[in-house]
Amino acid sequence: MPASTTAPTWILIALAAPFLAALVAPVLHRFAGRAAAWILAVVPFAAFLGFVSLVGEVAGGARLTTGLDWWPSYGVRFSVLVDGLSLAFALLVTGIGTLIVLYAGGYMKGHPQAGRFLSFMLLFMGAMLGLVLADDGITLFVMWEATSITSFLLIGFDHSRARARRAALQALVITGAGGLCLLAAVILIGGATGTRTLSEVVMTGDQIRASTLYLPIFLLVLGAAFTKSAQVPLHVWLPNAMEAPTPVSAYLHSATMVKAGVYLLMRLHPVLGGTPEWTTVLPIAGGATLIVGTLMAVRQTDLKLMLAQTTVASLGLLVLLVGVSTDAAIVGAVGYLLAHAFFKGALFMVAGTIDHEAGTRDVTKLGGLRTLMPVTFASALVAAVSMAGLPPMIGFVAKEALYLGLDDAGRWGLVVAAVVGNALMFVIGFAIALKPFLGPEVHTPKHAHEGPIELILGPIVLGAVGLGAALLLHGFAETLILPMAGAVAGRPVTADLHLIPTYVSMPLILSLATIGLGVLAYRSLSTLRASVDGVVRAVGWGPDRGFDQIVAGIVASAGAIVRIVQPGRLELYMAMVLGFVAVTIIAPMVLFDEGPSWPGVPAMRLTEVAVIGIAVAGLAAVLVAKTRLTAIVSLGIQGFAVAVLFVLFGAPDLAFTQFMVETLSVVILALVLTRLSLGERDHRPFRQKFWDGVVAGSVGLGFMLLLLKVTQAPFDRTLTDFYDAYSRTIAHGRNVVNVIIVDFRGLDTLGEIAVVMITGLAILALVRVKARAPILPTPEKGKRP
Amino acid sequence: MEPALAVLVGLFFATAFYLILSKKLIRILLGVAIMGNAVNLLIFTAGRLTREVPPIIALDAYTPPAGAANALPQALILTAIVISFSFFAFLLVLAFRAYQDLGTDDTDAMRVAEPVADAGPPQGY
Repeated sequence: MPASTTAPTWILIALAAPFLAALVAPVLHRFAGRAAAWILAVVPFAAFLGFVSLVGEVAGGARLTTGLDWWPSYGVRFSVLVDGLSLAFALLVTGIGTLIVLYAGGYMKGHPQAGRFLSFMLLFMGAMLGLVLADDGITLFVMWEATSITSFLLIGFDHSRARARRAALQALVITGAGGLCLLAAVILIGGATGTRTLSEVVMTGDQIRASTLYLPIFLLVLGAAFTKSAQVPLHVWLPNAMEAPTPVSAYLHSATMVKAGVYLLMRLHPVLGGTPEWTTVLPIAGGATLIVGTLMAVRQTDLKLMLAQTTVASLGLLVLLVGVSTDAAIVGAVGYLLAHAFFKGALFMVAGTIDHEAGTRDVTKLGGLRTLMPVTFASALVAAVSMAGLPPMIGFVAKEALYLGLDDAGRWGLVVAAVVGNALMFVIGFAIALKPFLGPEVHTPKHAHEGPIELILGPIVLGAVGLGAALLLHGFAETLILPMAGAVAGRPVTADLHLIPTYVSMPLILSLATIGLGVLAYRSLSTLRASVDGVVRAVGWGPDRGFDQIVAGIVASAGAIVRIVQPGRLELYMAMVLGFVAVTIIAPMVLFDEGPSWPGVPAMRLTEVAVIGIAVAGLAAVLVAKTRLTAIVSLGIQGFAVAVLFVLFGAPDLAFTQFMVETLSVVILALVLTRLSLGERDHRPFRQKFWDGVVAGSVGLGFMLLLLKVTQAPFDRTLTDFYDAYSRTIAHGRNVVNVIIVDFRGLDTLGEIAVVMITGLAILALVRVKARAPILPTPEKGKRP
Repeated sequence: MEPALAVLVGLFFATAFYLILSKKLIRILLGVAIMGNAVNLLIFTAGRLTREVPPIIALDAYTPPAGAANALPQALILTAIVISFSFFAFLLVLAFRAYQDLGTDDTDAMRVAEPVADAGPPQGY
């Protein structure tokens, strides 16, 4: 691979521009109305032209990088990489983005929140552009999550409907989980290769494949790619995302965002691809998705749901092709990815136009629109031809290429899956393009007529691009398909692409088989629909319902856990807290043998023994007091005993304060108690007494051991000596305790006084607040003062 | 001397927490009052005990006499006594007001914030 050259700095401006445009969009819409979309479309269009100017250089093999330091201490940069792969995606994002902004302007005309809608669309556009251009793994992750979040906002745009809210949440949960997988994968890749810069990662060759981290990285990347790109059974969010307004479906959920997963697989293919895991898991998952998606599509009658399910199928086909991992299969994947963006974007816009102008998108309630909406009909037909894989469209070229890739790889099971899937897509394509337009005119909820220029421009342009790309195939292949395939393969690739088959080859035979099968299936579409519908109904359960069950299970188990740990009973909370206190004090002493040594019996004076005895008796009196009043009076005993202890050990100031405070406490407590009319006794059952005793005793034991241990350690007198030495000489006070309080630590004392004052104010407020009516019914014996 | 007070401190804490584990507000208040004393004694003992001589400097000296008590924990405790008293007073008034409004002093019956018939978390979207 060639070395990187510096990319022009306007790319960074182009990345920021959609976000800035998103900021002004609501204001602009308020003042400019319908013209706002035309003005805003300039932003992606200018970026599109800029990217077009890079095509020649990139097709010549250049890899352009640039960036800004973002978080240098962690080596995170906001950096971009423009190579064949990212450039093709950037062109899709900005080119289709331009058409979509216009389309959204027409589609949301008159909607009160149209400005916000345009804003969300532009936010998404910026995020998606950042995703495909990101060179740094963390930047990639941030942008990836940003697309998930903007997708959430857009799916839930009509937030007054529960179905839209559910779909938005489901998409966020599934794709968000994938995003976390991506973050983990990026970190592991950094661990395995020493760099998180993608342009350097893809040049590390076999380093990841040889690493023991390969399997975790591979699985995490699959987790990210399969959620975003809707592989079975994680695909359920994509059909549900059709709750979003149609411009969103056309842009996010067919042309761009859902391909981010495929983009990730393609980006990492040079370092992850080609292993047995890769060539086994990806084709199986992709093949299953292809078949399930097409069968589900056949079952639908809603135009958007038909398209959504075929999008799932197409994503499956792309994953399958990337999984085959040969050059030819990659060329097929790249061609199909581009072709799909053109025709599926166009068909979604057509479906939205029909819905907008006729008032319904149920295919069984539509018919005969060809004379009323001729331009829409024509562009639908062009797109359907491409989707069906018929000449002269790019879809045909892509299908020939992918059949060639599968055939070369000799994977016959995959060939069969691809033929069946493509045949069913042929059916759906024409069902969408023909059924609403042909046949007798049907009465529709709205009087149908051709859409305004904003609505029909997109399908026309995309149809023309799909045709032009096929007619100018050589140039298209040289400038887009082959550079992109080269970036995916990790080396330059060549391919034999053709619009007109010159000889009878296997791909041509497979194409003819596809068409034959498709025509047969189209003729018996209603039978097919009924039978698939019958099978689905008979099964009766799908991953969509499974999602609801998982969510309900999580919520219910969270509720159950909360009911256990938060039962609303104070004594349990206290027991839990105290139990942990006891464990944190005692456990280290036991585990690390850090407990105190046996202290021996201390030499005590008789007075000291007596005072300690009185304190213990006071405590016991409080505990055993039968009535509350006795307990309150007993409270004074231990308090005064503590005061006497202070006297005995040289702390007269403390003793004085303690006498005051204890007296006040007992008097106030007794006064307040007499104003409550409570039962005389409060009895705890024995069982509770026992456990309370165990918990309280353990905490008491813990503090005793802690204090013993502390007093057995050497004593550091530094601070005490400081205060003793300077109390008189500097602060001119003889009572050292007082000097500390009012002088050395005077500011602390100010704080203490403030606390006391605030407490006093709070008490005053509590007392003077007028008593409300009791919230709970007052017990009969309680009489209110 | 310290080991004896360490045992006493342990008893103070055990009594305080046994009372706090009660469901009745009055007992909890008693427990809080005792807990204040327990903490003060803990600090006092951790600063080591010396008998009788307070940290007061004589008129003709510049430092306290030899063997005077440690002044630092005393200063801390002096602050702590006052703070714990105001805390106790606040809790007392709070308990009194709670009784006035709720008509009970049983914490199990005080279920305004956490009702017994909790509907559980909302289901649906």
